[in-house]
This record gives sequence, C-alpha cells and structure tokens, in this order.
Amino acid sequence: MGKVRTPDELSSLRESIVKGVDTNKPCVRICMAGCRAYGAEEIKGAFSDEIKRRGLEDKVEVRETGCHGFCARAPVIVIEPQNIFYQQLTADDVPEIVSETLMKGEIIDRLVYIDPATGEKFPFAQDVPFYKEQTKNVLRNCGKIDPTNISHYIARDGYAALSKVLTTMTPEQVIETVERSGLRGRGGAGFPTGRKWRFARVATGDTKYLICNASEGDPGSFKDRALLEGDPHSVLEGMLIAAYATGVNVGYIYIKAEYPMAVERLEIAISQAEELGFLGKNILGSGLSFEIKIKEGAGTYVCGEETAILAAIEGRRGMPRSRPPFPAQSGLWDKPTNINNVETYTNIPLIILNGADWYFSVGSEKSKGTKILSLSGKVNNAGLVEVPIGITMRKVIFDIGGGIPDGKRFKAVQVGGPPGECVPEKLLDLPLDFGSLETTGSTMGSGVIIIMDEDTCMVDMARYFLSFAEDESCGFCAPCRLGTRQMLDILTRITNGEGDEGDIELLTTLGKVLKDASLCGHGQTCANPVLTTIKYFRDEYEAHIYQKICPVGMCQMSKV
Amino acid sequence: MKKIDLSKLDKILTKYKGQEDALVSVLQEVQAEFGWVPPEAIEPIADALKVFPSQVYGVLTFYPQFYLTPRGRNTIRVCRGTACHVQGANANLGAVERVLGIKEGETSKDLKFSVEPATCLGKCFSAPVMMVNRKYYGKLVSRRVEAILKQYD
Repeated sequence: MGKVRTPDELSSLRESIVKGVDTNKPCVRICMAGCRAYGAEEIKGAFSDEIKRRGLEDKVEVRETGCHGFCARAPVIVIEPQNIFYQQLTADDVPEIVSETLMKGEIIDRLVYIDPATGEKFPFAQDVPFYKEQTKNVLRNCGKIDPTNISHYIARDGYAALSKVLTTMTPEQVIETVERSGLRGRGGAGFPTGRKWRFARVATGDTKYLICNASEGDPGSFKDRALLEGDPHSVLEGMLIAAYATGVNVGYIYIKAEYPMAVERLEIAISQAEELGFLGKNILGSGLSFEIKIKEGAGTYVCGEETAILAAIEGRRGMPRSRPPFPAQSGLWDKPTNINNVETYTNIPLIILNGADWYFSVGSEKSKGTKILSLSGKVNNAGLVEVPIGITMRKVIFDIGGGIPDGKRFKAVQVGGPPGECVPEKLLDLPLDFGSLETTGSTMGSGVIIIMDEDTCMVDMARYFLSFAEDESCGFCAPCRLGTRQMLDILTRITNGEGDEGDIELLTTLGKVLKDASLCGHGQTCANPVLTTIKYFRDEYEAHIYQKICPVGMCQMSKV
Repeated sequence: MKKIDLSKLDKILTKYKGQEDALVSVLQEVQAEFGWVPPEAIEPIADALKVFPSQVYGVLTFYPQFYLTPRGRNTIRVCRGTACHVQGANANLGAVERVLGIKEGETSKDLKFSVEPATCLGKCFSAPVMMVNRKYYGKLVSRRVEAILKQYD
C-alpha cells in the first residue's frame, strides 16, 4: 500500500479492501490476547497445521485477534460467517473443528457455551447471555479484526472520522461536538473531555503536547490493555482528532511497562499509520502534522496521575505537583498539554462518525455513552464487558457476570479500583455512573469491578487496599506518606487480633484527613475502601477488635 | 564482582547525549543490556545527559523497575492485584518464597530467580496469576508452584 494523500484516496482504498473480502469465506477468529495464557498459540498452530494438511489454505482464514471479552471461558474462538462460539478449547479439539464445523458446517455440542444455571446451549456468539446484555461500541473491533493489519481497521471505517474532521469540520466544531456528546474522561475522574480540549485549544503557546495515558495502574483494570492490544488504530485515530482540535503536533503514549504485547502492537500500528500517511506531515493533504512517540513507564501506580505523568515523561521522578496550573495551561516542559485516557480517545472516532446526538442518546442522565468494565473476582463470567452507563450493578454481576461461583453468597463489590468503594448488596440497584455512586461516596472510576463472596473478610480487604496505597505513595506530601502508613499499621493490628477500642474512630479520622489534605488524587481517595467498609461492614471490624475473631476465618489471629 | 564493560554503556549514551528527558529511557536500556544498573554506570550517565548523579540515583530508586544489584536469570512476579488477592495470591507468594528460600524483592544466591513485586499484571480474569519471564500462569494453586519453577534454569 502506498501513501494515502487525500480523503478520496482513503475512500477508494477502503472500497477496494471491502470488495476484496469474501464475506462467505470461513474465518476462525482466535483471541491472541488474554487467551494466550491458556494455550491460544497452540490452538492457532493446530489450526494452521490441520488446514494445511487438508489443503484448505485458500478456503479458510485463521485470524489472530484481540480480546473477545469472555475471558472466563478462555481460550475462545468465533467462526465466521455463522458466528459460532467455541470455548475452553485445547489443541486436540482442532482437527474435529476443521472437519466438522469448517468443512461440513456442523456444530460440535461439547464445545459450545452451556449456561450453568439453566443447562441451555448457546452455539452462536450473539445469543450467549454474557454478550447479549452488552453494547459493544468502543470494543466493536476488539476480537473482530487482526490488530496488526491496518486494512482490517480501514475496512471497518477506520480513519474515516479523521478524514471527516479534516475535510468538513473546523477544530472548534470538533470540540463543540465532543462537548455536546457528553463524553467524560474514562480514566476514572470523569472530567468532561470537550471542556479539557477547549482549555488546551485556548491556551497560548506555539508548542503544545498531547498525551495518551496508558498507565492503567488500578489493580483489577485491564480494559486499556485490551484496547491497545486489540484495536490500537482506534487509539491513534482518537489522538489524531484531538491533535487537530487542540492544535498539537506531537503526542506521547505513556504506557505501563508490564504490557509488552500492547507496546509491540502500538509500535506496529504507528509504523503502519506512518507508512500510509495517517501520521507524519500533511496528513491526508490537510496540512496537519502529527507524530506519536511511545514512552514506557517504569512500574509506578502514581504515574497514572496526570501531573505525575508529566514528570515521568520528562525523565524525572514521577511525583504529582499541585494544580493550578493545570496541564492544559502548563504541562509537559511547561507547555500546554492535553491528557486523556486510552478509552477516552477510543470513543472519539465513534462520536465523530455517528454524531453527538447518537452518542448522547446512550447512557444515564449525567454521563453519556458506554463504559468498559473489567470484571473479575468471585464471579462466574470474569472478563471484559461494555455496557451503557447507568446500568445497575446487579445486572452486571448477575446477568452478564453469571453470579457467584460454587453456590456462594454475594457479599460486596469493589468498584473503581483503589480510589473506589466497597458496595454492599443493598446498594446493587443503584445505576453505575460517575454521578450516582458519588452520592453514596464513590464513582465507577476506571471501571474496575471486583466481586467478593461470603468467604472474603472485609477488614482484610481494607488492609489490602491500604498496603497498596502505602506502597504506591510517592512520599511527596506528608498526609499521604504518613497517613497511609498509620492506617496500614492500625489495620494490620486489627487483622492480627491486636485491635483496640477506638481504632475504628481513629481510622475514620485519619481517612478524612487524607481526603482533605493530600496533594493528589491518590492520597485524596485511597482511604475510600477503608471508610466504606467501616460504613457498611462495621460489625466485621467490631468482631476483629472486641471478640478477636475473623468472622470468615481469613485473618490469622495471633493473640486469641 | 566482574568489572562492567563500559563500551556497551557508551553505545547507549551516545544516542542520548545531552537529552535530560531521556533519563528513564537510558536507564531502561542500561538495565536491558546488563540486567541491572551497575552503580559504576551512574556517573557516566549523569555526565552524558548533563544532570547530577543525585538525580540519576533519585530516579533509579523511585521506580521499582530499576535494580542496583544483579538480577536473577528468571524473573518471577506473583500478582498482588485485588482480584488475585481475594482468590489466594498470598498462598502462591508464600509457596514461591518457601521453594526458593528468598523473599519478594530478593534474588536467589545462584542468580537463577528474582522475585519482583507486582501490583497488578492485568490478567485479573485468570486470578490468581503468576508470571515467570513473559509467560503467565493463570488460576494458579500453590501446590503447582514448585513444579513450575523446576522448569527454569
């Protein structure tokens, strides 16, 4: 493929790609992301061998894709055109799949998903309850396309949104559209994206920067990883549109070092986009120039905070600083800088192509669009889920998540990662939102959903979160540095059976001090898991402190 | 201790001469080359990037990814993320520590293994998870740990 110089050339390239695709040709889509840990590579190898052995190379496509979402049933595949869904495969199943399903079109019963609750079989992906309740907008390409093949992305309207803004919209119109769409930042804080872009646009200065926050530090979050590994061009396209709107020529992707495959996929995507002219100088003949550089992180949670990310990219210790000035006024090397999360950028092409009204029509009153959730813990269908904002937690856990394994009782759900809260059963019918959980003390944040059953000790959970908070405190401001340490000490004493009267009150006071006095979001929110477990599970604390027992038997009491 | 081969270091540093903002990238490359960041490398790095040695040391000790002591040939990460925690990560870490006789953050005497802290490996759907080098072991139970570690040398 040569350089694409104009929007018309992009359209004709897309037409020629689409024309060349035979939609009736069987295609085996294999998840090569999370399923790798369960032998996806061996399965892929077995398909290639078997297809070669039978001389079917021209008749069947075997495609490596990103995450399909249903990680609990890994490794999974989908066979097109029928959309047959097979799960928990081994390489030994492959010859039969080739001979029966690919050659004869027969469905192999033992490989299809069976609902454990009803015993019903679901051979087709679209009927599986886990998928049925979801709205896959942002994840539309994830699991469908080969992320290393830019043609696949272009065929599915890839770079069409970029072409649209460059030919028919002014930067002001782009910002106005994003504002009207109601999109709020998907990294956790939920700040209106359009407003952020406007700050960066009006900031004065010849040089401005753009950052994609791919630091994904919340334990329990794997949505950004899935997007980067499964649909990297969507991220790049979102950044390009933001660059056009805010007047930026250089962008950075700050990515967690623990994600080597995501880095690899991004590097491939960037070089392909450069080759075709979507990145570089005079993009699609519009005069826009934009380049993207990757910066790998070095393993700290706090570097996901937007002012700490600046320090980290500049090669310094990743410590937050106070705001104002906000990064939009003074960011990277003191230049105006716009920072958004991976998922936020990935929403942008959709908004541009389908319009602000379309986007605004999905979601809750306060927050629009869909949210990707990372579902894990004591739940049957752990995986990657996309739902309209405003859905109830109960629906997520029981309808999509399939409830709690081994007939255990639900106890609590930790929402939003370390800054989030532990939500008890009685609040499960609240809508999942940036706003409405806020009224009870929290936010859905980055979309981490970790389910706990009756065997989980809530005091131990609180201690766990504080040990994380203490570990990841950068040490810059005293409330966070000292406060997390004190709270952890108290919680450790309580879980060791050495708790004293007054500990609960002390924890509450310390938690409030942290909230009020810490410099950055880490310190301000890290006591939330403690404060909410005290609020909803106070009896467990009291049992530990006064009776010196752990009601679920998780904590080892040394002084009984 | 073996003296470090500074020519390898020079090769990395010439690429980044005078680029203050490249400090983290330089340290990452140095570590990729040597397996750790030998203290003798601090001054040459500071010279090349025109920063103070104290700044290099500050960055080195701030990020958990960097090591000032030699690392084992194989890196073990037992995930301590939330999902792994509720599903028994502690028992797995305990098993690793028992089998190798070292604690998290340490390296075995024969330089075969290092056990690195891992706040979350992003594989929460397979919790609890352990990673050895680039390979993931999902839904891990502690009694499997010894057999897994035996495969490495």
